[in-house]
Amino acid sequence: MSFIEMEHLSHAYHAGDETERMALSDVSLAIEKGEFVAVLGANGSGKSTLAKHINAILLPTAGNCRVAGFDTSEAGSVWEIRREVGMVFQNPDNQLIAAIVEDDVAFGPENIGMAPERIRENVRCALAAVGMEHFRSFAPHLLSGGQKQRVAIAGALAMQPKCLVLDEPTAMLDPKGREEVMMVLKRLHAEGMTVVLITHFMEEASEAQRVIIMADGRIAAIGTPREVLTDHAAMQKWGLETPLAACLAAGLLKDGVKLPRDILTDDDLICALTGEEPCPSK
Amino acid sequence: MLSDITIGQYYPGRSVLHRLDPRTKIVLLLFFLFAVFAFSSAPAYAILSALTLALMLASGVPMRMMVRSLRPIMWIIFFTFLIHLLSTPGEALAKIWAFTVTREGIEQGFFISLRLVLLIFLSSLLTFTTSPLALTDALERLLAPFRCVGVPAHELAMMMTIALRFVPTLIQETDRIMKAQQSRGADFTEGSILKRLRALIPILVPLFLSAFRRADDLAMAMEARCYHGGEGRTQMKALHFATLDYVSWGVAAALYGLFFSLR
Amino acid sequence: MSIEIKHISYTYMPKTPFERQALKEVTATIEEGTFTAIAGHTGSGKSTLLQHLNGLLHPTEGHVVVDGVDLLPQKKSEKKAARAARMKVGMVFQYPEQQLFEETVEADIAFGPKNLELSGEDVASRVRESMELVHLDYERFHARSPFVLSGGQMRRVAIAGILALRPKYLVLDEPTAGLDPRGRKEILSMVTALHRRKKTTVIFVSHNMDDIARLARHLLVFNKGMLVADGTPQAVFGQTDVLREAGLRQPHVMTLLRHLREAGLPLERTDVLTAEEAEQAICAALKKMRGEKS
Repeated sequence: MSFIEMEHLSHAYHAGDETERMALSDVSLAIEKGEFVAVLGANGSGKSTLAKHINAILLPTAGNCRVAGFDTSEAGSVWEIRREVGMVFQNPDNQLIAAIVEDDVAFGPENIGMAPERIRENVRCALAAVGMEHFRSFAPHLLSGGQKQRVAIAGALAMQPKCLVLDEPTAMLDPKGREEVMMVLKRLHAEGMTVVLITHFMEEASEAQRVIIMADGRIAAIGTPREVLTDHAAMQKWGLETPLAACLAAGLLKDGVKLPRDILTDDDLICALTGEEPCPSK
Repeated sequence: MLSDITIGQYYPGRSVLHRLDPRTKIVLLLFFLFAVFAFSSAPAYAILSALTLALMLASGVPMRMMVRSLRPIMWIIFFTFLIHLLSTPGEALAKIWAFTVTREGIEQGFFISLRLVLLIFLSSLLTFTTSPLALTDALERLLAPFRCVGVPAHELAMMMTIALRFVPTLIQETDRIMKAQQSRGADFTEGSILKRLRALIPILVPLFLSAFRRADDLAMAMEARCYHGGEGRTQMKALHFATLDYVSWGVAAALYGLFFSLR
Repeated sequence: MSIEIKHISYTYMPKTPFERQALKEVTATIEEGTFTAIAGHTGSGKSTLLQHLNGLLHPTEGHVVVDGVDLLPQKKSEKKAARAARMKVGMVFQYPEQQLFEETVEADIAFGPKNLELSGEDVASRVRESMELVHLDYERFHARSPFVLSGGQMRRVAIAGILALRPKYLVLDEPTAGLDPRGRKEILSMVTALHRRKKTTVIFVSHNMDDIARLARHLLVFNKGMLVADGTPQAVFGQTDVLREAGLRQPHVMTLLRHLREAGLPLERTDVLTAEEAEQAICAALKKMRGEKS
């Protein structure tokens, strides 16, 4: 059984109302334990709605969603699911609750009634995991965006979840902040964490093992970054950008240059054009 | 600039007062405030004043910061003194226009003003030596026994925590929105009062909208982190009474005995 | 005509323990009709500088002069001219949609022109004009509440609210922050069109070096409150040491071409700024290589 399983999941906002709007229609998908999955899509494509189902913040209006073996629609399993799945949101300012970093990180463990000594240990580990241990007594409003998001990640980690779902965590950050967050995510994944990253940035998506493209509330494509992100025409149709190397390769192909069709990274393009070294990434 | 305001007046340190349990500090403050009003004899005032001064010195908070905390109520103290000075009947010392200054008036005025000053200093000692968060925690614990009569202790404390967290953010935001509207030609400094009040709408509407959006986001973030009220919650920084607390209770009780004997 | 920044320094909360110098001795000129980018990482002083350009902040030392008028009037008689000069500079803050407050799109865009005390007809025509500039159909949108629009549309309404002031200089602080690729493209193409059609001088802050390379003709780089580079993007992006010091990178296209050349592709130049130029350069190099082989 997969860690996250969605079967024919649909979600309508304001269901039964005249303003009813389908945000997700008939989505089926499975994410394995320890996987790193990126979800891409233009605004309004349903990717945020999808993310919120994994943490049982939203419940399917049709179909079902199982996380860590629990059905999210069963009232009794909500807290179990939220212990297993930590969530990080877009706006770093609107998800930190306490006026001191370490108190904020302790918020989750406190809610699930952990013993104080264990909370202290978890908070310490979580802050160390995101490289923020020196800021434990800071006030959040004095931190940079990237630092705040790392604290938010620590807040999720302190509950020792098996999976992190991040809803555009880097959208409001500068390049340095984005890099900080991505480094943390890559390390956590290497240590066995299941990561579901919603993003607008193709460079971030190409770090994932699998990419899911959402369009109009449906899964438009699913596969490895190399399979999905290199399809220049389709990416444009979905309102997304193609990574630079893939974009250049598409242009060069049109100019009659002989190139493989699945060029994704700079290294791919360099290898293909100079042809001197064997391509290590494939 | 607006964004430079800091809230609370916590002065970080490691003094005896800083190390006391915040619950002890709150309860002792209430005790002493009561004493200031209940025991109005000269010796009691002398002891209380000496005690306050000693605590102020022990706190490690610079004197000028302590004195500055008097500033907002300086005028009140001054007028209270004046009214008592001029309106208390007794042995006349001098006559100014239609008023008579009496010896009792000076005494009364002095003691009433001293009372106010002690009040301010003692409360400031609490806020100077206790972080707002510790205060919130202590209030939650002190109010907990009243939960059965309907006092929402946890909810109040959670509200205070969130307020403490978001006040600086909202101040920064106000500054930004003001500047944005100024860039569209809005003027908050000129015109009649009515005009100035109207000029606030372009600031208040965006500010409220953003506050609601933040509240929405925050509620979701809290839920995602398993928040479900105070039931079954633990605390990382659980409060513990230490020897220091027991000692200070003892001292306070002894002082109370002394005050009663001086009555 | 130009915006002249003359030896300005700015200190936050002077003479307090929180004193912090945000700008040190900055001198630069932004000529009318140019497309200028400002880069620097968070805390480099670029936001403080922006707020000087329309007089929201006044320098602790030095002067900001717009079209020959000092924004900080020395005498009372100069006050009116200084205000007029300030209004020549339109300022679009980060996430400008957060400043919307009126019930309809039309009323919100009209807020600026009304503050200028223009007649009702003038206001109405400016609203129409600016909605057209941001590609929002007047008939479709003018009576709608700005708060039911999509993020990208709200941002365009907010920008229209600034354009309705008919600024000669338009300052945008990270205009594409938080938008999806489509929204980013829309905003940038709108700003470029404005620059081309209306000859508006554009000054924009961006963290995206590839956007800067593609759009700007003049680039200022800030680091620790100081202006550390000032020139054409080609020239500035060539100064790799300065960039690294300022925590910035070369545009991705430049890095990619440099790596290609290092790997042996005989590229004539690597200081290209757009993907199209890069494509041409690669094609030329490939031809050259084939020529050598045969």
